[in-house]
Amino acid sequence: MSALPSPAPAPSFWRRALRHRSLMIGAVLTALLLAAAALSLAWTPWPPYDMAMDAVLQPPGARHWLGTDAYGRDVASLLLVGARSSILVGVIAVGIGLALGTALGLLAAARGGWVEEAVMRLADFTFAFPALLLAIMLTAVFGPGIVNAIIAIGIFYVPTFARVTRASARAVWAREFILAARACGKGPWRITVEHVLPNIASVLIVQATIQFALAILAEAALSYLGLGTQPPQPSWGRMLAEAQTLMFQAPLLAVWPGVAIALAVLGLNLLGDGLRDLLDPRLAKG
Amino acid sequence: MALLEVSGLRISLPTRRGRALAVRGLDFSLARGDTLGLIGESGCGKSLTALALMGLLPEGAQASGSIRFDGQELLGLDDRALCRLRGNRMAMVFQEPMTALNPVHSIGRQVAEPLRLHQGLTARQAHAEAVALLERVGIAQAAQRLGAYPHQFSGGQRQRITIAMALACGPDLLIADEPTTALDVTLQRQILELIRGLVAERGMALVLISHDLGVIAQTVRRTLVMYGGTVVESGPTRAVFGAQAHPYTQGLFAARPQFGAARVPGARLPTIAGTVPELADLPPGCPFAGRCPRTIAACHAALPPAVALGADHEARCIRLGEAR
Repeated sequence: MSALPSPAPAPSFWRRALRHRSLMIGAVLTALLLAAAALSLAWTPWPPYDMAMDAVLQPPGARHWLGTDAYGRDVASLLLVGARSSILVGVIAVGIGLALGTALGLLAAARGGWVEEAVMRLADFTFAFPALLLAIMLTAVFGPGIVNAIIAIGIFYVPTFARVTRASARAVWAREFILAARACGKGPWRITVEHVLPNIASVLIVQATIQFALAILAEAALSYLGLGTQPPQPSWGRMLAEAQTLMFQAPLLAVWPGVAIALAVLGLNLLGDGLRDLLDPRLAKG
Repeated sequence: MALLEVSGLRISLPTRRGRALAVRGLDFSLARGDTLGLIGESGCGKSLTALALMGLLPEGAQASGSIRFDGQELLGLDDRALCRLRGNRMAMVFQEPMTALNPVHSIGRQVAEPLRLHQGLTARQAHAEAVALLERVGIAQAAQRLGAYPHQFSGGQRQRITIAMALACGPDLLIADEPTTALDVTLQRQILELIRGLVAERGMALVLISHDLGVIAQTVRRTLVMYGGTVVESGPTRAVFGAQAHPYTQGLFAARPQFGAARVPGARLPTIAGTVPELADLPPGCPFAGRCPRTIAACHAALPPAVALGADHEARCIRLGEAR
């Protein structure tokens, strides 16, 4: 390649981010989710656990913006507090999956041979079980509850992250600057931390965002089945489950948590896709 | 004692059709401060030889024979010990400067790293040393550009940076694998001059690998011509270039376009007939036998022995004594 005149400097990361419409929508929705959870720590319109038997199944109005549920609890307050469960599950489950999965994937890529074979076959083995079935199995053994639900989801994420990490890390290992780094006398451990990890960080960020969205869905599903968040701790999945029996009397009770879950998942997915566009130079436009 | 002594080096690679011998019995020695060139076309085993010297053979490749570096046997040495040598006492410059630098680290960090790794310098000391190195290899305003990333430099500048990285710890042996192939011609000259200057200045030994006769002629004292994993001719560069004893060496020279030579319009550049044989198919005899214009039946029988032609100059051809 001959020296070309250097092109005009590429627009900065932030400028490109601002111009990426779906990324911005995703970022705003995700920010709203985080804001709702943060707000609920300090303030909710009504105390979320207070029942009011004289004000059950109220329609939305000035007193209760989104109405009340079958126990007279304020739905808006429950939704705000429920956001905390979703985020807690997302952060911890993705944290477990990211930490262990990335470590295993990096190890597999760096060592190769039987280590790689063992890690990948273990991942295949875990994948043979549907995620939800694995979670149900774990909560059946260790008892229902949000902690066990988080651990179950996190464990399922380990092979997911291990696979993505290994594939990306292997591609990085094949590049010449790794050979150059080895020629500088760096061992596999150092190369993994200093050269491989920074080069696959963008892939992992995107993957983590998307898995975060799936974790929110999984928590909702487990709570809906009664295996996740336990009463009286509010959760969007439990709100859905409770609304189900009142489908015809108060259909809106099912709509609110449904919309909350949908928007949170949509926001995180758009954010993940947008980040992929932005961080992957091959997909960058122009 | 020679700095580097290679004897009976054989390297085999796994292929779909079984193991192929890519380097078949290589012998040479290199004294401290001396320069050696390996020349040959793609697939003749020259790059594999370089990687074997660094202990960086690809997965599945096997080397046998002996590589002694400063008296220490490198083949079979564990990776930890090799890591202490690489980048410290022996260093390598690669062909593709565009890919030999990590895109996510600043160049200052990449040049300083071997110093911190092998010599235990503090960040501040390594930083100062990196500036000096980058200035030596001709990066202008090195101090201000330490924080810049590889993509902000041109190909020639990047190759200067990789050379600075290789030189960081003052290695005894520098291996340069086609260091100028990816650069345009004016840059080639500058980079070669830089390497030549540094080798002389620091008393390093140099193994230069190239398919370019001009590059080899300008840079090294001794030349090995490789073909099919075998050294077909070796000797002082002047002698090899002057005598061109082996038919393959002659072919290489004949196939070189020359300025100023009287050219008949429409005349074609001579080529060497045929293609390089696949490693797995290499015949038992002279590897060049199939393509050589002077092949006789005996050529296919066995690998020709090395015939001495002069001081330190030898070639593997059974028809050397005959008139051309």
